[in-house]
Amino acid sequence: MARAATTTDAFNAIAEPQRRQILDLLAPGELPVNDLVALVGLGQPQVSKHLKVLREVGLVDVREDGRQRLYRINGRMLKPIHDWVSNYRQTWEERFQALDQVLDELKAQEKRT
Amino acid sequence: MITASSGTARVTLPSDTQILITREFAAPRHLVYRAWTTPELIKRWWPAKRGKMTIAEVDLRVGGRWRYVMIADGGLEVAFHGEYREIVPNERLVSTEVFELVPDAEAVDTLMLTEQGGRTTLTILVQHQTKAHRDAHLESGMEAGLQDALDLLEQVATALR
Repeated sequence: MARAATTTDAFNAIAEPQRRQILDLLAPGELPVNDLVALVGLGQPQVSKHLKVLREVGLVDVREDGRQRLYRINGRMLKPIHDWVSNYRQTWEERFQALDQVLDELKAQEKRT
Repeated sequence: MITASSGTARVTLPSDTQILITREFAAPRHLVYRAWTTPELIKRWWPAKRGKMTIAEVDLRVGGRWRYVMIADGGLEVAFHGEYREIVPNERLVSTEVFELVPDAEAVDTLMLTEQGGRTTLTILVQHQTKAHRDAHLESGMEAGLQDALDLLEQVATALR
């Protein structure tokens, strides 16, 4: 199934491990870019480049606070990615529930013999 | 029968090319292994409620092949096959897996079973060669019925435009 263009971009954006690290760091709340630079351990230009990609696909938002730029996660954009994995999980869960029934029967058989 | 004591499946993506599935079962692991490797039993759980399994071939030896075929409720035939690479009965099963509609994307599946107090934790690590193959695999896992519904919705939406 074709995904919407913005979703594809978001998927590509989180495929990069350092961008995922940035998203993890932003999960608890918003951070100024300087803190992110210190925590990620990359140079400011690289961190800014990653933030730009994340901002373009809407995964992070930025706001000005005095002289600081504060970044935060946009949870709404992460939801499609979460849903995508959820569908796959649901498929396996249905399968496992059928397996639960088979196992119950095998246990009962084993008790009888 | 109540199976509320069982866990719920967890799916995580440890790296760009992997899928990790874990689930707890209220049964000892030799029974989970039996249900996992016996064709008549596989046919009862593998298709879940989404179709009818027509073929479950299991040649359970290193180098032996397996093949699963299901007719989904929408009429689509889905087939998977692979080869067993490592077999430790009741404990570990490594095999290759190919979804026959995407024959280039061969994955390696590692099934691990651990038992504690009569309960079994099942872990499946799916290792793909590329991220694109991994992502395609995740998408193919979507429920067949939901897929049909989405396709239909797309058609309707296109017609309305």
